Amino acid sequence: MANHTVRQILAVTALNLRNIPARLDSSLVAVVGIAGVVGVLVALLSISEGFKATVSQKGRDDAVIIIRGGSGNELSSALAKDQVQVITDAPGLARIDGEALASPELFTILDLPTRREGASGPASNVPFRGVGPHAAQIRRAFRIIDGRMLSAGHDEVIVGKAAATQFYGLEVGRQIIAGSRRWSIVGIFSDDGSVSESEVWADRWVLAGAYRRGTTVQSVHAKLESKATLGQLKRSLAGDPRVDISVLTEREFLAEQSKILVTIIRTLGFTIALLMGAGAVFAAVNTMYSAVAARTREIATLRAIGFGGTPVLVSVLVEALALGLLGGVLGGAAAYAAFNGYQTSTLNFATFSQVSFAFRVTPGLLVTGVVYALLLGLVGGLLPGWRAAHMPVTEGLRAT
Amino acid sequence: MQPLIHLRDLVKEYRRGTERLRVLDGLSLEIGEGEFVALMGPSGSGKSTLLNLLGGLDRMTSGELTIGGLAIGELPDAALARWRADHVGFVFQMYNLLPVLTAEANVELPLLLSDLPAAERRRRARAALTLVGLEDRLSHRPRELSGGQEQRVGIARAIVSDPTLLLCDEPTGDLDRKSGDEILDLLQELNRQHGKTILMVTHDPRAAARATRQLHLDKGVLHAEVR
Repeated sequence: MANHTVRQILAVTALNLRNIPARLDSSLVAVVGIAGVVGVLVALLSISEGFKATVSQKGRDDAVIIIRGGSGNELSSALAKDQVQVITDAPGLARIDGEALASPELFTILDLPTRREGASGPASNVPFRGVGPHAAQIRRAFRIIDGRMLSAGHDEVIVGKAAATQFYGLEVGRQIIAGSRRWSIVGIFSDDGSVSESEVWADRWVLAGAYRRGTTVQSVHAKLESKATLGQLKRSLAGDPRVDISVLTEREFLAEQSKILVTIIRTLGFTIALLMGAGAVFAAVNTMYSAVAARTREIATLRAIGFGGTPVLVSVLVEALALGLLGGVLGGAAAYAAFNGYQTSTLNFATFSQVSFAFRVTPGLLVTGVVYALLLGLVGGLLPGWRAAHMPVTEGLRAT
Repeated sequence: MQPLIHLRDLVKEYRRGTERLRVLDGLSLEIGEGEFVALMGPSGSGKSTLLNLLGGLDRMTSGELTIGGLAIGELPDAALARWRADHVGFVFQMYNLLPVLTAEANVELPLLLSDLPAAERRRRARAALTLVGLEDRLSHRPRELSGGQEQRVGIARAIVSDPTLLLCDEPTGDLDRKSGDEILDLLQELNRQHGKTILMVTHDPRAAARATRQLHLDKGVLHAEVR
């Protein structure tokens, strides 16, 4: 019986699909409509994927970022000199010759126009970080790719690769003015696409002087002996009444930093896709109604011969799904061709500074797009399919 | 002759708004197995409605209707569709062939509802097309055939699953006289040599004359019968 139904479904579906060329125009309208929706959805979500990849996915479990308890981000954190001492003395941190592999860091904002806007363009907030001598060792893949490393105690900065690409005037050899100082750009660095590449780095003590920060820092970035010593470090610091701090792995910290923007973009992406999807569903419904209307007598003939209503319904749905699939694949391919790797920057709401990143059209996003396209096709085919399956045969046979 | 079709006080009404429109009004009739019956009458007399009821395409309002001893009006939709596939062959005025399929594939369609293997389905479809004289048109699509040939394919499709009953709705209505005569010859042959029970709706007295029995329907009531 099941075989029997499946054979009917296959036969009627094959007939539907063979009929598509006769209804090419309306089928194309549905395909293009669905492709447009999927293209927009994938493009929007590729922003959050790219941002997430830059900000959070590079995070490690064997490095920690320590900030004041309850501050949530570096900008609103402050750690006094004696607190930094307690932190760097705590067990569980990696050490070289007894000295903790830790970098107390300052975090502030630099106003720079984007390269696209030019020198007179509006200023964007660029992260300006004061780092200690171990900062480069703590980062995963820090590497100077142009020029040299900054010298401690000098008014020198090095610039992350993404910041150098995105913002105006950040070439090696040029100077920038910030915090009443003139800083010489001496090098460009990369760090495997991490959020550090969106930053400008200076010596911590020189930056503190320029911004009159005294001995206070905002965070301590440190390397653990191993992932396993995280608990030991946390217990030690939690039990010390001299400090009230949050110890987060780099992965946890960066995930937290990206959460707001990723949530906004994903919500926006799905909302827009939902609204556009409603339009695409109407196109699909219209197409499938046309398909059913054009084949009214054929469907009635099949049902008169003895084909059941269910195979007719399923065949209409399969055709709608096929159109959806085609639209999904085309939309995903278009989004990939147009946006994958597109470099831009946006405001990180956690630090109110710009993060440079590239749109990422991932396989997961393409699958999401195709699944959404299939859903649109399915919804578009339901009513016409139901109508085809339940149309009185005698009426259908009279159709011209 | 054994009665294949039995009708008693058959009523069919349609609703048009609040109004009830009685199309068949207490029809009683028996048709024996192997009969070739022509059903005549003016437009709106209820001929096609009767054909649809006998073919299980529509439901009666009241009365008795049995075919081969089975009260088909009591079958649920799925079982009725299955019954149609097993027992009824339809021949339509406009042929109703599927344009994307070849003649052979069109004829094979009803066999997709059986458990026959593909090779056997094809063999039977070819045999049916041979019977209607179209063995050299197997791979032609409907648009490549004349009207008469299309109707022959329609007849081959109607007989391929060896149904008990052939229901023909004005099978020559869209054909020229020569082609129409050939179709009527074919129907006569199916009746005489293959024992098919045929009920044919027609406006054409010449076509009706080929039948073994003529029924005249007017305003939903049987008025005359010629044997």
